[in-house]
Amino acid sequence: MSEITPSQTVGPFFAYGLTPKGRCEWDPNGQYSWKETVGDNLVTPDASGQRIHIEGRVTDGDGKPINDAMIEIWQADAQGRYANPRDNRALPNAAFKGFGRSATDKNGVYSFDTIKPGAVPGPNGKLQAPHIVVCIYSRGMLRQVYTRLYFADEAGNASDPILAIVPADRRGTLVAGKEKDGPNGTPAYRFDIRVQGDNETVFFDI
Amino acid sequence: MPLVYPKESLSVFPKHLTPGYRSTVKRSPSKPLIVVPHTLSELTGPVYGHDAIQENDNDLTRQHKSEPLGERIIVHGHVLDEDKRPVPDVLVEIWQANACGRYVHIVDQHPAPLDPNFTGAGRTMTDKNGYYKFITVKPGAYPWGNHHNAWRPNHIHFSVFGHSFLSRLVTQMYFPGDYLFPFDPIFNSVTDEKARARMVATFDLENTVPEWALCFRWDIVLRGREATPLDTDKH
Repeated sequence: MSEITPSQTVGPFFAYGLTPKGRCEWDPNGQYSWKETVGDNLVTPDASGQRIHIEGRVTDGDGKPINDAMIEIWQADAQGRYANPRDNRALPNAAFKGFGRSATDKNGVYSFDTIKPGAVPGPNGKLQAPHIVVCIYSRGMLRQVYTRLYFADEAGNASDPILAIVPADRRGTLVAGKEKDGPNGTPAYRFDIRVQGDNETVFFDI
Repeated sequence: MPLVYPKESLSVFPKHLTPGYRSTVKRSPSKPLIVVPHTLSELTGPVYGHDAIQENDNDLTRQHKSEPLGERIIVHGHVLDEDKRPVPDVLVEIWQANACGRYVHIVDQHPAPLDPNFTGAGRTMTDKNGYYKFITVKPGAYPWGNHHNAWRPNHIHFSVFGHSFLSRLVTQMYFPGDYLFPFDPIFNSVTDEKARARMVATFDLENTVPEWALCFRWDIVLRGREATPLDTDKH
């Protein structure tokens, strides 16, 4: 019988502890007095690769914005390496952590600034297409849900071993569409997350 | 030795849809979750160094001009994996209401006073032995709108990192003997009795500091265990 500690909801009030940055608009005093551990900008000065912007809206079963969700992402660097000892290949992007955290705003929108990840090895020696692991927490969720973000402009998606397992009519929910470039010519992608209902985002049992 | 993360371990987690906790009704996936193998993406996770922590980040009573009102408590324990081995050097973050049950978050406007000397956020890293320690005040019970006269038992929110992104845990620590347990749908969303008990700290008289603070011990067990020869057949 499993002996792990069970999960509980993150609740509606995590922001001042986990995502204080950008929350000051909610505080009549101007800011919460707590420095963030990790934010929504994963770019480090030495990181090589294409800088990108990701944005999306999180909605519930009624299509209403979820304005109190926390989104965490985990990704490889531009060379497809993870900043973790389990991935023992050498890291050219020494300071790039590959982990980010964002909270949805009052419109249910989250965003990240990061580096486009490279392809990562998958099962049986096959290469996975560039992707980002996405984890969502919110009030009304008793445990986190995991999904993946793939990029619309990556030919590798067609042979990605994980996407191949997803029913074909649902695969589109995992692909971030290319949007108009940002102000500095930064490529932008849109990844909406529909937690329930019409065109529900695929979540993984992992 | 690489760890594995069998899905069977998640059997003690609450279901996504628990109608007694009303907001799960519209925020739980309705379509089947897709089973996929664990790749490097799932088996790795963020690593934080001790430079992520500043002095007194773990002491919620020393972040303002004066100490907050409330019962000063020490909360400590070990972060362990499924084999009960320590998980060293991982980040633990907490947040909680003040002694009156009021959160500083602007969305909490219920009529309990704010404490000018309490924000309620803390973080620390586990040491080589997986040991962590916080100093805070006991949070009060908090009324919420789930059902008529609903109150959350006293609780501290915990966010814990483990060896991989899959071992990441967000949960709540409760206090022994809380009279609100039978009425709380969030606590009771965990249907296994032993698993519920694992969310409850134990009163630790031995580590109480005389004339200064009571102490509660709470160990946190994360996903991840050593592979056995049988496991290698599955991948």
